[in-house]
Amino acid sequence: MLLQRRTLLKTIAGGAGLASVQALFPAWAQTGSRGIAPTIASLSGPDIALTVGHSPFSVGGRTGHAITVNGTLPAPLIRLREGQHARLSVTNTLDEDTSIHWHGILLPFQMDGVPGISFPGIRPGETFVYDFHVRQAGTYWYHSHSGLQEAMGHFGPMIIDPAGADPVAYDREHVLVLSDWSFLHPHEILRRLKASPGYFNQQRTTVGGLFSGEDRMSAEERRMWAEMRMDPRDISDVTGSTYTYLVNGHGPQENWTGLFEPGDRVRLRIINASAMTNFNVRIPGLPMTVVQADGENVRPVEVDEFQIAVAETYDVIVSPREDSAYTIVSEAVDRSGMGRATLAPRLGMSAEVPPLRQVPNLTMRDMGMDMGAMDHSAGGMDHGSMDHGDMNMRDRSLAPPNMAVGVGVQSISPMPENRLAERPLGLENEPHRVLVYTDLVALNPNRDTRAPSRTLEIHLTGNMERYMWGFDGRRFSEIVEPIRFERDERVRVTLVNDTMMQHPIHLHGHFFELVNGHAGHQPLKHTVNVAPGGRLSFDLTADAPGDWAFHCHMMMHMHSGMFNVVTVRPLDGVAS
Amino acid sequence: MRMIAAFVAPLVLVAAMPAAAQDHAQHETQTPAPDRHAGHEATPPPQPTPAPTGDAQPNAADLYFDPALMARARQQLIAENGGMRTYAIIVERLEAGFDDVSETYAWHAQGWYGGDIHRFWWKSEGEGAFENELEDAELQLLYSRAVTPYFDLQAGVRQSYFEGEDRTDLVLGVQGLAPYWFEVGAAAFVSVEGDVTARAEAEYDLRLTQRLILQPSAELNFAAQDIPELDIGAGFTDAEVGLRLRYEFSRRFAPYLGIEWSSALGETRDFRETLGEDTQSTRAVIGLRALF
Repeated sequence: MLLQRRTLLKTIAGGAGLASVQALFPAWAQTGSRGIAPTIASLSGPDIALTVGHSPFSVGGRTGHAITVNGTLPAPLIRLREGQHARLSVTNTLDEDTSIHWHGILLPFQMDGVPGISFPGIRPGETFVYDFHVRQAGTYWYHSHSGLQEAMGHFGPMIIDPAGADPVAYDREHVLVLSDWSFLHPHEILRRLKASPGYFNQQRTTVGGLFSGEDRMSAEERRMWAEMRMDPRDISDVTGSTYTYLVNGHGPQENWTGLFEPGDRVRLRIINASAMTNFNVRIPGLPMTVVQADGENVRPVEVDEFQIAVAETYDVIVSPREDSAYTIVSEAVDRSGMGRATLAPRLGMSAEVPPLRQVPNLTMRDMGMDMGAMDHSAGGMDHGSMDHGDMNMRDRSLAPPNMAVGVGVQSISPMPENRLAERPLGLENEPHRVLVYTDLVALNPNRDTRAPSRTLEIHLTGNMERYMWGFDGRRFSEIVEPIRFERDERVRVTLVNDTMMQHPIHLHGHFFELVNGHAGHQPLKHTVNVAPGGRLSFDLTADAPGDWAFHCHMMMHMHSGMFNVVTVRPLDGVAS
Repeated sequence: MRMIAAFVAPLVLVAAMPAAAQDHAQHETQTPAPDRHAGHEATPPPQPTPAPTGDAQPNAADLYFDPALMARARQQLIAENGGMRTYAIIVERLEAGFDDVSETYAWHAQGWYGGDIHRFWWKSEGEGAFENELEDAELQLLYSRAVTPYFDLQAGVRQSYFEGEDRTDLVLGVQGLAPYWFEVGAAAFVSVEGDVTARAEAEYDLRLTQRLILQPSAELNFAAQDIPELDIGAGFTDAEVGLRLRYEFSRRFAPYLGIEWSSALGETRDFRETLGEDTQSTRAVIGLRALF
């Protein structure tokens, strides 16, 4: 029935009559899902078989080429239980190497799935068996770490049920995998960014916008941005001009729908599996209680909207009481498009879809300039006080001694601020409650209460004009020194964002504690979004010996060099 | 001696450009140093201590997998994260021009292949009248190296063709993005005969809307000495100023309408006037810009 309806839709959409009628969605991701239940197929148990291959993928009446796991986009839901042993055999039917990285999962480093760091990769025709003990619970995901396969559909959700009682009570659950789909090959997207960094940006400031006032920026402000060769509308590198934003593999018109019964406590497990898109998530008319971030439980906090960076996960509880539909909006941070899904008591119901909001303008703070008495509430700036002309935007003395201040460093934030208590980019003025990082408080006390014995500062650097990205001024391809930790040492790592873009930084194999003012209950994260021009710190107990990837999870930033290896030594007792 | 000075002057001019542009962004700071510990850190951070260095087992995975396979995968990982080589082709102008006298055509294109720092760069331009032979054309083959965040230093050769004459020059130039988003370039050319010439170019994209873009552009040429076979006199030789209004249906297809004024200057103008040639023209142009 479902298949027939989808086929019909495709035919109506025009020219898609030849599109494959293959069911490209796993049951949980099919629209009209009643929620994840034992009757709905997910892969679980001690032995799970996955096959990576090519598949057609259709959205908006067009069909493109995807790389998928078991033929679906997103990949199958893998459901494990804390304390079990997992054997996941992955067979590669591509004509190139592949891999699966289990994002956020604590496991031996050789099972982490990063070719060139944890293992050699899975060659065409080969099967690799991942074998590990499941030590944690929560919402996670998995994806390829080979080339840019992840951007072509090679990602899926992973849920681990707790061994004991779940502190989060719910009647029903849905997984929402957010992603960005382009019919352009990701290598071509990156090539175009290198050829012209503003290639996909159709929301730049214009003369028309100046006169109409729509740009919300004065001529003097424009002059200053232009003088610095910086674009105040450089919010996202790749935008809705090429991306269709998906929820569970469904485009906005296809309106993925999850069902509920009025009165249910519905748990939404939201995963941002995008290549390049941070989303603002809201459900108009339905407050959301955040109960988990990156798979780790947090003290419940009720909000109306939150920003989810690439590779982050948030679990929220919603309690719809009315017999009516609600729209789940996942709006790209640059407002160039949105993902849309529906929560409804019955299939076929839908609610109003709010229009896209105005594209945000970057401010001097996003350049790492603390302008002191800036008026945040108005989102504007006190133009008179912005005498930035004598501010050095590339002062080498602010860089750590080992940083390479070369061609790849366009700017060094003069006064990077801790922005964890600030609302995320573009949500400063929303008239409702917005999650900030300081709202996150770990439900369980932090295990390691030692004070850090060492500090480490890492600068996130880039040159937007050349589309170069790196850590401390170096691309990974320049043969950089790894970031070294002593086994079990506790280090306070500070990330300084010298660029005007958001960078969701991900460390493999560990959780780090975000230093956000909740000592003893610092939230545990595997990925943290570093605000433009901002700085933040996390405390890391380097308890997982081996080699691990550390990178920006924006695929194009990573692929351009914002990547390094973290080593934790000694390895004693690790090797068999 | 005069020869040497003439040779050096444009090079100095050229070399000064990126530095000047860079200076712009590097004024001394007058603001206080940032408070590095502002924010929410509850516990005072400890003193930095040196990180561990070196390692007996640099690649942990070699303990589990064939080190040769790991080495291969590592090479690929390194190449994939920052080492990408790619290309761009920018057809800036492919146009027809019209004035009272003639109907002309012209092209202006460049492209590159390579990584972030080192690139092979080519540039080509030329023009002619539809009813006549090709008037002049040139192709530059350059090695381009990123030397500052916004500027590349370029060196190579130029093969040019001017009214039946072939010429070969060595090229040394800079190209990049100046403050206020001006695309600028300047180059000095030394011909195999030892003649020295130079060229400076600039253009600017004024976005009227997201797709409607007005582009003023200017080019100025200079010769260090008389070059009689090219009807060129020492000093500034000629200038071009254009204004083109394009509509970007896409980055790959942006047709435009415009106007271009060009004139011979100084001794070159005098030379050509004596020969009875036109020394100035104003043409309407229609053409296509495309970025690949």
